[in-house]
Amino acid sequence: MEIFYILMVLMLIAGIIAVETKDLLSSVICVGAVGFSSAVMYLFLKAPDIALTQTVVEVLGLVILIRATISREKSFISGDREFFAVVVSVVVLFLIFMAGIGIFQNMAPFGDAAFVRIADSASQVYLKQGVKDTGATNIVTAVYLDYRAYDTLGEATVLFTSVIGAIAILRKKSRKLLSEGDSQ
Amino acid sequence: MKGMTIIVKTVSSWIKVLVFLFGIYIILFGHLTPGGGFSGGVILAGSYVLLLLAFGREYAEENLPLPIASKLDCIAAFLFIALALLGFIYGAGFFFYNFLQQELMADCNAAGKLVSAGAIPLYNIFIGLKVAASLFLVVLVLSAFRSESDPTEGQE
Repeated sequence: MEIFYILMVLMLIAGIIAVETKDLLSSVICVGAVGFSSAVMYLFLKAPDIALTQTVVEVLGLVILIRATISREKSFISGDREFFAVVVSVVVLFLIFMAGIGIFQNMAPFGDAAFVRIADSASQVYLKQGVKDTGATNIVTAVYLDYRAYDTLGEATVLFTSVIGAIAILRKKSRKLLSEGDSQ
Repeated sequence: MKGMTIIVKTVSSWIKVLVFLFGIYIILFGHLTPGGGFSGGVILAGSYVLLLLAFGREYAEENLPLPIASKLDCIAAFLFIALALLGFIYGAGFFFYNFLQQELMADCNAAGKLVSAGAIPLYNIFIGLKVAASLFLVVLVLSAFRSESDPTEGQE
């Protein structure tokens, strides 16, 4: 449980830095730190699918944001720090490569997932207790409207927000209303 | 000018009822068979998008006007949250508690029937209405934007 407190403090510090700092690039990197910490948190909460989604979204968002900030700031590293940066990135890449090799060697064979072997993992509990707990014979519905209904709430909120955004951007009267507001 | 040819209009006027009924079936039987609120709502929206494509935007907007669609969207989202809050009030004190199943229908043993699973069919209906209204609104707004940017369309 201590890992959650450490991650939470890390996320709080990164969030405060992201809001307070003047440098756009470090602000973006701090936002990325918040996202990846929450991905690690999902992993420790036994929700690896959400952790994967969070990681993918974070990587995409970070790449886009860093591209946007770099084109605006044009802050390049040069001199001795450039050599140091190259060495650090090569070492980190090598470490990630070795960790990847280790993970693939210890991976379960295809069709024998870890969830099946652990008796009290979430998927096994859903399959055994689903009909008794929720009364729904469609186990997918039982999961997304009963066990994990917060997920559905989030999806509905995303849809609602995107529709509001589409209407706000594409409505016909926007320019008319703006010009009327100026004349008054 | 409005819509497509008479072949498309005739065929889609037969098909739209079947598509609409299929969407309702997918939503209502979401807790028993594959399907649910999201997929059924997309099919419901698809029937209106079919109308929009075949008969033109005005006809589809007469069938489901934009203010009614946006109100339906908001009301369905509100009812979804309200049902979740009812679980908070009547149940063991947590959000999305399936109180209908746990408190009232616990010993009915109705698994597999249409009226079963407590609040899950209600959630499905609300999500289905919400998704149908949302997707229809998106398509309607996009098509309205395109016809407005077309200078030959005329004033409104």
